[in-house]
Amino acid sequence: MSFVKGLRCRECGHEYPVAPTNVCELCFGPVEVVYEYEAISRVISREKITRGPLNMSRYKELLPVDGDIIDIGTGFTPLTRAKHLGKVLGLDNLYIKNDCLNPSYSFKDRVVSIAVSKAIEFGFDTLACASTGNLAGAVAAHAAEAGLQSYVFVPADLEPSKLIGASVYGPTLVAVDGDYDQVNRLCSELADRFNWAFVNINIRPFYAEGSKTLGFEVAEQLGWRAPDYAIVPVASGSLFTKVWKGWQELHSLGLIGPVRTGMYVAQAAGSSPVVNAYEAGKQEVRPVKPNTICKSLAIGNPADGRYVLKILAESGGGAVAVSDDDIVDGMKLLAQTEGIFAETAGGVVTAALRKLASKKVFPKDAVVVALITGAGYKTLEAVSGHLPPALHIQPTVTSFEEALQKRKAEGQSTA
Amino acid sequence: MAKRRVMFTFPPDLITEPVIYTLGRKFRIATNIRRADVKEERGWAVLELDGKPEDIERGLEWVRSKGVRVDSISGDVLEG
Repeated sequence: MSFVKGLRCRECGHEYPVAPTNVCELCFGPVEVVYEYEAISRVISREKITRGPLNMSRYKELLPVDGDIIDIGTGFTPLTRAKHLGKVLGLDNLYIKNDCLNPSYSFKDRVVSIAVSKAIEFGFDTLACASTGNLAGAVAAHAAEAGLQSYVFVPADLEPSKLIGASVYGPTLVAVDGDYDQVNRLCSELADRFNWAFVNINIRPFYAEGSKTLGFEVAEQLGWRAPDYAIVPVASGSLFTKVWKGWQELHSLGLIGPVRTGMYVAQAAGSSPVVNAYEAGKQEVRPVKPNTICKSLAIGNPADGRYVLKILAESGGGAVAVSDDDIVDGMKLLAQTEGIFAETAGGVVTAALRKLASKKVFPKDAVVVALITGAGYKTLEAVSGHLPPALHIQPTVTSFEEALQKRKAEGQSTA
Repeated sequence: MAKRRVMFTFPPDLITEPVIYTLGRKFRIATNIRRADVKEERGWAVLELDGKPEDIERGLEWVRSKGVRVDSISGDVLEG
């Protein structure tokens, strides 16, 4: 059994028993999972965690699943010391948490593994989600492993590679004609109408807890401490709030020292409601209409926006928006310095990091962790027109040498 | 009869207009506000609508046509 005490409204504090619901019946605020921390403190220790499996079950005491966690190999991704990127940015202790290396190539495997495990415990036979790519793949993959049916709703104009990346796992893929608002509206209505486990609607409180494992792993991989600074891509804001919650939990259980992490939000300028609110000194997020190449962060009305703003104030962090051109440059910079090909959200994080570093926001020796949440093969089209073409040659040494010389000359003329 | 939970976000020029009252009167919908925050420059309200499904649809279309943003109470459900 888990150590879950129940659900609690984040607005009015009303408590509920565990159930597939995401809103408080009194004030319609979001509910979240609360735990019996005293009981957890009696059984958890650094040693016990260290001996555990290198997957989501490693931190099972702090996750809301009673039985086994459905596992397709998610979690314990590398925390890489980014020496070369650090050198470019003037940071001696920069780390990349590389969540590109999850089974469906994004951090969404973390949240969906918890959502699907919980959906089975609740007795659902069907998983569903509305997604622009990463979540679709993660839901379909986990449904395949768990033997559940799945319905994945995507905007009809989604890139073909993303459709294939989800449909290969065998879901019913539904391409919806309409803009983001219309897809949102439809899926909210479907969630009311069908008795399905919509992972980020009625299962959301449990689903969101999976993101804490990113924070747990970073702390463990840093030698049981939270970083001095964290740069987190923000869409709904759930990842940001849960990484923070994860570090707070580790501290409250005595597993790490006080959390003094400066939390930084990274968003694309074409969809930056949280950055807008932060810069305007507001405590509420005003919805926007997304328009950016970074579709994985294109959330105009972030569910957890106001909680992200609270953490920004509490942690003394900040928020940065970057242009689409900066995103492409960020993807190239990360790939060409660290050998990590991230999707557009990784470009957002790298570009935000560069912007913050250029303003000397971080001391040179600070421990800075950038969360890279999805692999670049999902968004090839974002960089395809921004890279030098291949040297096209005949199968002769002469042809190669000529082409090479020409390329070098071009390089010199543009240098 | 049907119930629908929604969030309205009002632009500054509608803060002083009784939009929710008119919605209820004009489309025969019972409106039940659960949370709200109204300031000079903007306002939002989370509410439940109770009425005939077609009246709710027409009412929400009217609200949108006034310039009010209508969202799910849980924010965007479309994710990356």
